[in-house]
Amino acid sequence: MLIPHPLLGPRDSAEFTYLGDASLIARPDGMSDGADEAFYDYLYLRDNPAGIHRELWFHEQGDRSWLVVTRNTLTHEILGAELARDVAMAQRNTPEAKA
Amino acid sequence: MSQKNRLSGGLIDRSQSLSFTFDGRKYTGHPGDTLASALLANGVRLMGRSFKYHRPRGPLCAGSEEPNALVELRDDARQEPNTRATTAELFDGLSANSQNRWPSLAFDALGINDKFSSFLSAGFYYKTFMWPAAFWEKLYEPMIRRAAGLGSLSMEADPDAYDRGSLYADLLIIGAGPAGLAAALTAGRAGARVILADEDFHMGGRLNAETFPLDDAPAQDWIAATLAELKSLPNVRLMTRTTVLGAFDHGVYGALERVADHLPQPKAHQPRQILWRIQTKRALLCAGATERSIGFENNDRPGIMLAGALRAYANRWAATPAQRVAIFTNNDDGHRGAVDLIAKGVQVTAVIDPRPDAPRIADCELLAGAQVINTQGRLGLSFAELRLSDGSMRIMECGAIGVSGGWNPNVHLTCHQGAKPVWNDEIAAFVPAANTPPGLSIAGAAAGVLSTHGALRTGAEAAAQALEDLGMCASPAPTPTAEDAPIRLSPFWYVAEGKGRAWLDQQNDVTVKDVKLAHQEGFRSVEHLKRYTTLGMATDQGKTANMGGLAVMAEMTGKSIPETGPTMFRPPYTPVAMAAWAGRSRDADFRPTRRSPSHDWAAEQGAVFVEVGQWLRAQWFPQPGEDHWRASVDREVLAVRAGVGVCDVTTLGKIDVQGADAATFLNRIYCNGFAKLAVGKTRYGLMLREDGMAMDDGTAARLAEDHFVVTTTTANAVAVFRHMEFARQCLWPELDVQLISTTEAWAQYAVAGPNSRALLERIVDEGVDISNEAFPFMACGEITICGGLRARLFRISFSGELAYEIAVPTRYGDALMRRLMELGQDLGVTPYGTEALGVLRIEKGHAAGNELNGQTTAANLGLGRMVSSKKDSIGAVLSRREGLSLPDDKRLIGLKPVDAANPLLAGSHLFDQGTEAVAANDQGWVTSVAYSPHMGSSIALAFLKRGDARLGEVIRVVNPLGGSDIEAEIVSPHFIDPEGDRLRA
Repeated sequence: MLIPHPLLGPRDSAEFTYLGDASLIARPDGMSDGADEAFYDYLYLRDNPAGIHRELWFHEQGDRSWLVVTRNTLTHEILGAELARDVAMAQRNTPEAKA
Repeated sequence: MSQKNRLSGGLIDRSQSLSFTFDGRKYTGHPGDTLASALLANGVRLMGRSFKYHRPRGPLCAGSEEPNALVELRDDARQEPNTRATTAELFDGLSANSQNRWPSLAFDALGINDKFSSFLSAGFYYKTFMWPAAFWEKLYEPMIRRAAGLGSLSMEADPDAYDRGSLYADLLIIGAGPAGLAAALTAGRAGARVILADEDFHMGGRLNAETFPLDDAPAQDWIAATLAELKSLPNVRLMTRTTVLGAFDHGVYGALERVADHLPQPKAHQPRQILWRIQTKRALLCAGATERSIGFENNDRPGIMLAGALRAYANRWAATPAQRVAIFTNNDDGHRGAVDLIAKGVQVTAVIDPRPDAPRIADCELLAGAQVINTQGRLGLSFAELRLSDGSMRIMECGAIGVSGGWNPNVHLTCHQGAKPVWNDEIAAFVPAANTPPGLSIAGAAAGVLSTHGALRTGAEAAAQALEDLGMCASPAPTPTAEDAPIRLSPFWYVAEGKGRAWLDQQNDVTVKDVKLAHQEGFRSVEHLKRYTTLGMATDQGKTANMGGLAVMAEMTGKSIPETGPTMFRPPYTPVAMAAWAGRSRDADFRPTRRSPSHDWAAEQGAVFVEVGQWLRAQWFPQPGEDHWRASVDREVLAVRAGVGVCDVTTLGKIDVQGADAATFLNRIYCNGFAKLAVGKTRYGLMLREDGMAMDDGTAARLAEDHFVVTTTTANAVAVFRHMEFARQCLWPELDVQLISTTEAWAQYAVAGPNSRALLERIVDEGVDISNEAFPFMACGEITICGGLRARLFRISFSGELAYEIAVPTRYGDALMRRLMELGQDLGVTPYGTEALGVLRIEKGHAAGNELNGQTTAANLGLGRMVSSKKDSIGAVLSRREGLSLPDDKRLIGLKPVDAANPLLAGSHLFDQGTEAVAANDQGWVTSVAYSPHMGSSIALAFLKRGDARLGEVIRVVNPLGGSDIEAEIVSPHFIDPEGDRLRA
């Protein structure tokens, strides 16, 4: 598999380690009310889609970027890859995240 | 020995003779021969015994799809079992042996299995060896393994090297027959980067086996001209002896190149084989087609082979299995074998064609509407029994039958990503589906285009189309005029007459009768059929067998063949030796070996090393007179407690954390507080996983307001760094913090013991004050030593003694160790290894990998109060969940045996006195044990329910595996200096 690294171009998937669902970026605030429920949801309740999936890959044998890769789990087609940092920053700046 | 069945012509070099042996007998052949063709030319038809029934077998095919002629090649360490004689290139001195026979190929004692075939039918093992269960391992399995088998291993290490490599291309063309060659010409002339790979040693594919002219000249002329042009193109790479074995995601193809299999042994520095990873933008499958057989009674005798193989042997290798042959075919193509053999002077007794309207193509007797219903012959075919169209029977003397049931496109690679081939009525075969792997197109016979003209045309067109997809300009190479006969065939799968001992899968001994039995017993789905009968599960993956089995099952169930469905094809296309997968990753090179900076010095001291992950660490340093490891370890431990010891702790992970928000970041990574740690101070830190379990521990030293050095355990160095990068990039990207792993940049030594300060004072530079007042417990700082060498000093202790860790740039690590040993002689300086390190930490009650095993919480470790509730840190929220704070939760405690003579064993479980040692009464378990010279007995760390409330109790320590059951007192895990006075001295 080839992963289109946003900084380095196409890289072999063997250079990466896989973590899982990119929803892990949206970590709840541990000091908020109801944090235990929020963390239960965050950590254990994941979607397992047959089709488009956004997931976290770490370029461990490369530049150490965490990427959000959009992959079709049925065909392994990769539709895109972004720096997880950019995705996380964008989520911070959405009104929902601020609310 | 004369080559009595050698014909004229062929692509062999008669100017040279090669001598070889088969089962110890000497024969000769020529360059260009395979082992199978040379044996046939020498009159040898019998080449093996079948897997289950030990039936005599000869080659069925002339290529890699061969199920029968499996032999052991070479001797001694290079002995290689299960090699197909049909693809093994002959070389001078080749030694080959038949397999799965005893005492000899001609007389095989287990040939008796064939007489008991009615007991050995499909599902035999499942039905027969059910009970008693205890007999399976001791009796049944060894017996079956001995009886049913293939070749044997030499049990010696393979002396050859195997490589792995990567290649890149615009277009990978798989197969160099007419389609592949035309495609390569098209793409090569257009300037594309082309790889043309073929499993054969002579490119040309089926053209090599046929007599059709191209442009009214011998096909070999066209092949030679084409190859010459391709070789002249720098953008084309021709790879013979290279099997493309799988189609993987995103245009990655695996290929095995047999670099030196055709040589007696590889040349110096030459790998035997190379496993290539080919990354290509487009691929074109030109893999041709495989002929299929027809099931009839005793259709597996040596001499009975596929009609296409028969004429391949005659045309390409000038060999025939016999001088009198017959043809049994349901299609026009099969008749060509008769034409070619007659041209070579072989007597063709008849063409037997079950089609009543079979055309007369060859100049010999035609038996239209007839069938071969049985055969006779011992160790090889002698007679065929025929049922003629008028119902009469005829016995025909012949030494070979060429059988053709039609051709199956080689769709295998198109299925490697889940596509199922689709049925084509015209050729009565499966052809590639539309949803083949992205970027892969198919041409020629593999696409179901079975004429030479069609192969040339579709190959050129498909290559041009592939290049157009890439935005390159290409026009299909002009194709020579070639044969373009229509396909004429009536599906005919097996002869109904007879007992059903008509072989479908010759490698796994599956007959028509077995398929019918599977149907009768309810194993009707194609995947069930496969597993119940083992149809298609041999090393040839049923290339010649599956269609026949499907057809019989379809008939039994009344469904069509496509409804019955093909089974899945998976990589590799042909078997690949384990050595090729391993490549250079074997023996000491299996993975990297990491050596610490003091490694050479430790080796000079005679240290015993232990593998810790990839690291080699000194385990202990034996001294003269110490005949047991315990003696060395006890001495090292006592030396640390009484004087000073030095241990290489470089392997611990070191992560440099810098940035204005470094403290904030660490405060969220560790469950305990770091925000207020003063510059020049070090703190123990515990990391939790987000689920609340302990992940790793270590120290973080604050060298500056915006600069920390974090340590991790050796085992978790990589995982912790990954975790911290995740937190930095994904969770808190707004923080100003940077990380880098410096594990290998700094050599780090623990200097421990009451004399440690005295020793270090001898190396620190003037003006560096490391007195207790200036550099107290948990202090850290950047200093210089030995006259200006920069170093980092941490006053931290794993042993419980006054201790430091000192780090210097790695290249000075060896010198620093030597300097410490030299300067500390009068202080009794002693190097200590990981074993003593372990004893010291158990005596002090520090948790390590045995306790931090991913199943323990901070509370279990006795560190529950460290988890701050005043801040948000990873794992803090879920560490407080109900299930992790039960009243009888386990706590880390110490154990010492009531009778000091009793050793404690790691892994033992704990039970209250007077209770039965069963799981229901389990109170906990022992994680770490050591002999403590300080305590004078064995001691242990253990997790015990409510352990912190039970100090002073006596408990049973039971190890059913070790057979021990002793009493031990529950004590504090801090066996030494619980108040920490030594640390602060």
